[in-house]
Amino acid sequence: MATREVDIRARDIRVDLLEIGRMIEPGSRVLDIGCGDGDLLYHLVHDRRVDARGMELTREGVNACVARGLSVVQGDADRDLVDYPTGAFDYAILSQTLQAMRDTRAGLEQMLRIGRRAIVSFPNFGHWSVRLQLLFRGRMPDTQTLEYPWYNTPNIHLCTIRDFIELCAELGVTIERFLAIDAGGKRSRTANSTRRANLMAEQALFLLAFNGERDSTGAPIYRPR
Amino acid sequence: MNSTALPHPNYLRARRQSGQTEDPRGDVLRLEAVPFRLISGAELPEVTVAYQTYGTLNEARSNAVLICHALTLDQHVANPHPITGKEGWWETAVGPGKIIDTDRFHVICANVLGGCLGTTGPKEINPRTGHPYGIDFPVITIGDMVRLQAAMLDQLGIPDLFCVIGGSMGGMQVLDWAARYPERVFSAIPIATTARHSAQNIAFHEVGRQAIMADPNWRGGDYYGGYGPKAGLSVARMAAHITYLSEAGLHQKFGRKLQDREALTFGFDADFQIESYLRHQGSTFVERFDANSYLYITRAMDYFDLAADYGGLLANAFKGTRTQFCVASFTSDWLYPTAESRSIVHALNAAAAQVSFVEFETDKGHDAFLLDVPEFYDVLRGFIGAAAEKRGI
Repeated sequence: MATREVDIRARDIRVDLLEIGRMIEPGSRVLDIGCGDGDLLYHLVHDRRVDARGMELTREGVNACVARGLSVVQGDADRDLVDYPTGAFDYAILSQTLQAMRDTRAGLEQMLRIGRRAIVSFPNFGHWSVRLQLLFRGRMPDTQTLEYPWYNTPNIHLCTIRDFIELCAELGVTIERFLAIDAGGKRSRTANSTRRANLMAEQALFLLAFNGERDSTGAPIYRPR
Repeated sequence: MNSTALPHPNYLRARRQSGQTEDPRGDVLRLEAVPFRLISGAELPEVTVAYQTYGTLNEARSNAVLICHALTLDQHVANPHPITGKEGWWETAVGPGKIIDTDRFHVICANVLGGCLGTTGPKEINPRTGHPYGIDFPVITIGDMVRLQAAMLDQLGIPDLFCVIGGSMGGMQVLDWAARYPERVFSAIPIATTARHSAQNIAFHEVGRQAIMADPNWRGGDYYGGYGPKAGLSVARMAAHITYLSEAGLHQKFGRKLQDREALTFGFDADFQIESYLRHQGSTFVERFDANSYLYITRAMDYFDLAADYGGLLANAFKGTRTQFCVASFTSDWLYPTAESRSIVHALNAAAAQVSFVEFETDKGHDAFLLDVPEFYDVLRGFIGAAAEKRGI
C-alpha cells in the first residue's frame, strides 16, 4: 500500500479561515491578530505563500505557533497594536476576536493604520436564532458561535452586522467586500445583501480599507468620536 | 576570506580526543588577524581565544551554533567545569538529543574578550611589558567581544551561523551579532536581555566595581601573584546575585529561616540562611573569577546601547535583516524585565524582521534563563527545530 507523507503540523482548518485566505493576494505581508494556535497563519504561509506574522495573548497559543515554525509575538491586541509601525502590513486580520476587544473602535483604527487593508470576522448577534432566544426564552443566547455563558464570556463587545457597518461608516472606513458565513464557516448563499445577512448569517467577514485623508506619517485621520 | 581553503574545524576536535592532556581553557586559538583593533581605537598586539566545541560541523558548514555566555560564565557549556568540577552551565539544554542537539549541530562557545578562562583579558600577559595587563588592559565593548568571535570563526573556516543564542550579556552579544553581521546569522535567540543597559543596571555594576576597588588587596589592579581583592569581588558577587533572583523566589527558598541554629545570636554572624547562601556564592565565585575581568566585563555591559550605534533608533540596527528572531523574557526578571525584550521586539517589528516573542511565567528571576523552565524549553525546541528545517539541516 502506498503511503503518503503527511505534514503533522498542518491541521484541518476552519472553512471561514480558507475564505480569509482567498481574500489575500500571495506574496503580501500579513499580521494575524489573535492568531491562536496558528491555523490561519500556517495556512497562509504554506498554502498561500504569504509573509504572515501573528500576535497572540496566550502563552500556550504562542508556544504552539513557534513550535510550528511561525513568527508570533505574545501580545495584547488592545495594548500592543500601537507599537507596530504605520503601513507595516498589507493586511491586518482579526478573526473572531473583534468581540473580545476592550476598545473595539480603537482596535479597528489601529488595524487600518498598521495594514493597508483589514480583514475582520465576527459572530453576528443579529442572527435570527439570537433574536428568537431573547424574544421567546428571555435568556442570553447560546449558539454554536457564542458558546460561553453570559457571566464568563470573553465576548464583551458583541455586535450585529448592521452595527459593524455603522461603525465603519462612522470611522470613514470603506467596506470592499462582505461575506455572510454560516455556523459551519461556509459562505451563506441565502444572504448576499447585508440587510438580509443581518438576519440570516451566523458570522460575517469583512474586507476593509481606509481611503480617506492621512497625516504626515501615513496614518489615517479618522472622524472624531 | 575563502573559508573552504582552511582546514575543517573538526581537526581540532580530533586532536583533543587523541588523548592530549586536558587544558582547562578547552581549545585555544591564537588570532592571526592581529593587532586586533578595538572599537575604542586601542589595539591588542596578541589575542588568544579559548573555546569549547560540541558536535560535528557538517560538510556544508551550515549547522554551527554559537552560544554567547553571560557575565560570569565561560566556555564550559556542556562539560564538567575544569576548576569547580560542576557540570556545564547549560547541560540541561546542550547535548545529544537535547534542545541544542549536539548530534545535529556543531556548537561553539568561546570565553569572551576580557574574560579570565583563557581568552585575552586583564590577567593575561601584556606582550609589551611582560607583565599581566591589569588595568592597562583597554576598555572593551560587547561589540568587541562579537568582533573577536567573528574573527575566530573566520579563522576556523565557519562562514556563517545557523543560530546565535545567549542569555543576559550573552543576549546582548546575540543582538550585536544580528546587527553587525546580519548575513552570517540565520537565527538569533536573545534571552532575558536588553538592547541598552539601564541606569539601574549600571548602578548595580558600579556597586560591584566600587566594592572591588575599595578592597586594599586590589592594589590598583596590580595584584597578580598576590592575594587579590577577594573580599571586594565577593561582595560584588553577593550584590549582583541578589539581582539575579526575585523577591518571591528568595522568600520561597529562604524566607527568614535561620542557618544551623535555633535562635538569633544577637551578632553579625550569618544568622539567616539567605546570608549564608550569599556568603557561599561570594566565596566560591572568587575561586574561579578574576576581579579585573569583572571590572572590564561589567563596563562593557554598561557601555552597551545598540541603538546609539545606529543613529539612536534600534530598528535601524536590524534594517533589512533576514535573520529569524526568537526573543524570550521571564516575568520575575527585574534586572532585564520584559519591557526591555518588548522594546527589542518593537524594533524588530519596525524593521519587518521575522520575530517571535514569549514571556515565561516563573519566580526564578533573571537566573531563569539558566534553568529548565519547561515552557521555555518547549518554545526553544520548537523554534530551533523549525529554523533547522528551513535551513535544511
